[in-house]
Amino acid sequence: MSNHDLILSTPAPARPWRERLGSAMPLLVLGPSLVASFVYVFVFTGWTLYISLSNSSLLPTYGFVGLDNYASLWANRRWNIAYNNLFLFSGFYIVGSMAVGLLLAILIDQRVRGEAVWRTIFLYPLAVSFIVTGTVWSWLYNPTDGIQAMVRGLGWTNFSFALASDRHYAIYAVIITGVWQSSGFAMALFLAGLRSVDSDLVRAAQIDGASTFRIYRKVLLPTIAPIFLAVAVIQIQFAIKTFDLVAALTKGGPGISTTFPAIYVYDLMFQRGQIGEGAAAAIMMLAALAVVLVPYSFWVVWRRRKEAGHG
Amino acid sequence: MSTLTIRSLRKNFGAVEVLKGIDLEAQNGEFIALVGPSGCGKSTLLAMIAGLESVTSGEIRIDGRLVNSVAPKDRDIAMVFQSYALYPTMTVRENITFGMESRRVPKLQQDEAVKRVAAFLQIEPLLGRKPGQLSGGQRQRVAMGRALVRDPKLFLFDEPLSNLDAKLRVDMRTEIKKLHHRVGKTTVYVTHDQVEAMTLASRIAVMHQGSVQQFDEPATIYNRPANMFVAGFMGSPAMNFLPAELSQEGGRPAVAFQTADGNTASLPIVQALASDTPRQLILGIRPEHIYRFDPDLARRKPGIAQIDAVVELVEPTGAETMAVLRLGGKEITGRFDPDGTPLMGETVTLGIDMARACLFDPTTQRLI
Repeated sequence: MSNHDLILSTPAPARPWRERLGSAMPLLVLGPSLVASFVYVFVFTGWTLYISLSNSSLLPTYGFVGLDNYASLWANRRWNIAYNNLFLFSGFYIVGSMAVGLLLAILIDQRVRGEAVWRTIFLYPLAVSFIVTGTVWSWLYNPTDGIQAMVRGLGWTNFSFALASDRHYAIYAVIITGVWQSSGFAMALFLAGLRSVDSDLVRAAQIDGASTFRIYRKVLLPTIAPIFLAVAVIQIQFAIKTFDLVAALTKGGPGISTTFPAIYVYDLMFQRGQIGEGAAAAIMMLAALAVVLVPYSFWVVWRRRKEAGHG
Repeated sequence: MSTLTIRSLRKNFGAVEVLKGIDLEAQNGEFIALVGPSGCGKSTLLAMIAGLESVTSGEIRIDGRLVNSVAPKDRDIAMVFQSYALYPTMTVRENITFGMESRRVPKLQQDEAVKRVAAFLQIEPLLGRKPGQLSGGQRQRVAMGRALVRDPKLFLFDEPLSNLDAKLRVDMRTEIKKLHHRVGKTTVYVTHDQVEAMTLASRIAVMHQGSVQQFDEPATIYNRPANMFVAGFMGSPAMNFLPAELSQEGGRPAVAFQTADGNTASLPIVQALASDTPRQLILGIRPEHIYRFDPDLARRKPGIAQIDAVVELVEPTGAETMAVLRLGGKEITGRFDPDGTPLMGETVTLGIDMARACLFDPTTQRLI
């Protein structure tokens, strides 16, 4: 046997356990959270969907009743108001907080003095929970000891500010509070975006003779367009699960005027023992979310492909 | 057609003095290169000419008009940035027309201008694309197109080639030179690359630590550098500096220095000196003025002086060979023809072209 053969016939050494552990590590670390995500998202969504088609009342039962729950849900005036409120609130809340956030970001972007202070002030509401925000603003809106009382105390005795107590306008009180809470967050993202833009772009535009307004409209804002989308998507899921803000601020009132789907679901499931119909309402919320997020994820994939296509 | 005049221009950032009294002028159609190492203030100077940085004191005049506090858009200038600064969300066409849109130039005129510039720079097929879909060289062209379309008084270039790879940089350098020939606009060009400055400029301003060290034609800058900084910065490999003493040899002035073995070597000086009292000075010799000595060479070039040196290292680059030589206790670099390459360890007899040598004062570092 030659030396050469000897080398060839030596069996490959077994992979040490360390190496095998190393290669399995990502799976070990990610596994639990993947399983949990799968169970909580897909399994429970499926379960909720199934219950929404069953005749469950106080406890889950599995008598199939088709779309009965949905029919009874949509026949309910309170649900219709809640679903309407959801779209009204989402629309104004997202547009409002983005508009205010963008305005603040642009103002701060003008190299104002004490920038860090302003940034902190505007971002701070985000650090406050919705419950606290709702409670504090409910005091502000309260005619007997809020803004109205204060202005009347200053001498304007005819001043009237009772937004939250009027059933036609109470929803706008919720919107204003929501915008106050989250416009700082939008501001922080927009400001980071504006600051990340190559300053040479602004200089080039200045030499090109563009006004400041035109520089923002034509150069800076289009450049940070992806941030608009990111902010909108984050706000939308805040909007759709709105519960604590309304619970603390108006408790769904006056009457049923500021009822939100999340409040309605909670009511049906845990107060009235109508789990089937509650599940149907939850599925409708999911549908509202999907209407926005599914096209968005397709768009993201499409964009990534397009970018990859150009190297 | 236009001129640029800068008088005792200063710029402070807080307590830091970035520019310390700059005087420059560009004649009509001239190509001025501002060259210097990083942090010498050349980009700040350009930004001040553009109006992107404020003036602390002094004056900038374009075509005789004082523009110190005139907004960039009203200075009638065009600028090409190092990062190109193309608007990423706009197509090439929109990038080029953005300035005209801002100035409300009629649509028909815009189309004509785009057509003219696109043909000029051969970027017609790119007009519909976004900057993200262009290569570095193409972006460079578009950036120049955006500047050209305006027909400004002054062109400003801020290190436009430094983001390109070596080969493309040489190509684009040629393009810029051709372009300047054809357009004939007054141009200020900032670069840290002395080769770019030498090849492009009609006059070069060498900057260091916030002041202009020398402002002159490329040949003068290269052959008669005003001081040791300019001499060392322009040219690669850099000029060799040898500390030496002014002395007399056979009735003629010469520079003498100690060699490694303790002897004194001396080289005759060809240049006329104001005074020939013995004193310290620094002899500057460019690598290409060091030859392998032969009598034929001495006949052709009258200023050749003979001296022996030991070859310490040889660096062939293909077209020529750099050799590190030990002379007078110092290492100097010589540039040799590959045919006559010295060998490592060899003692060669060098012929130094003293007619081309520069003498510097060791205290002021100025050219004598």
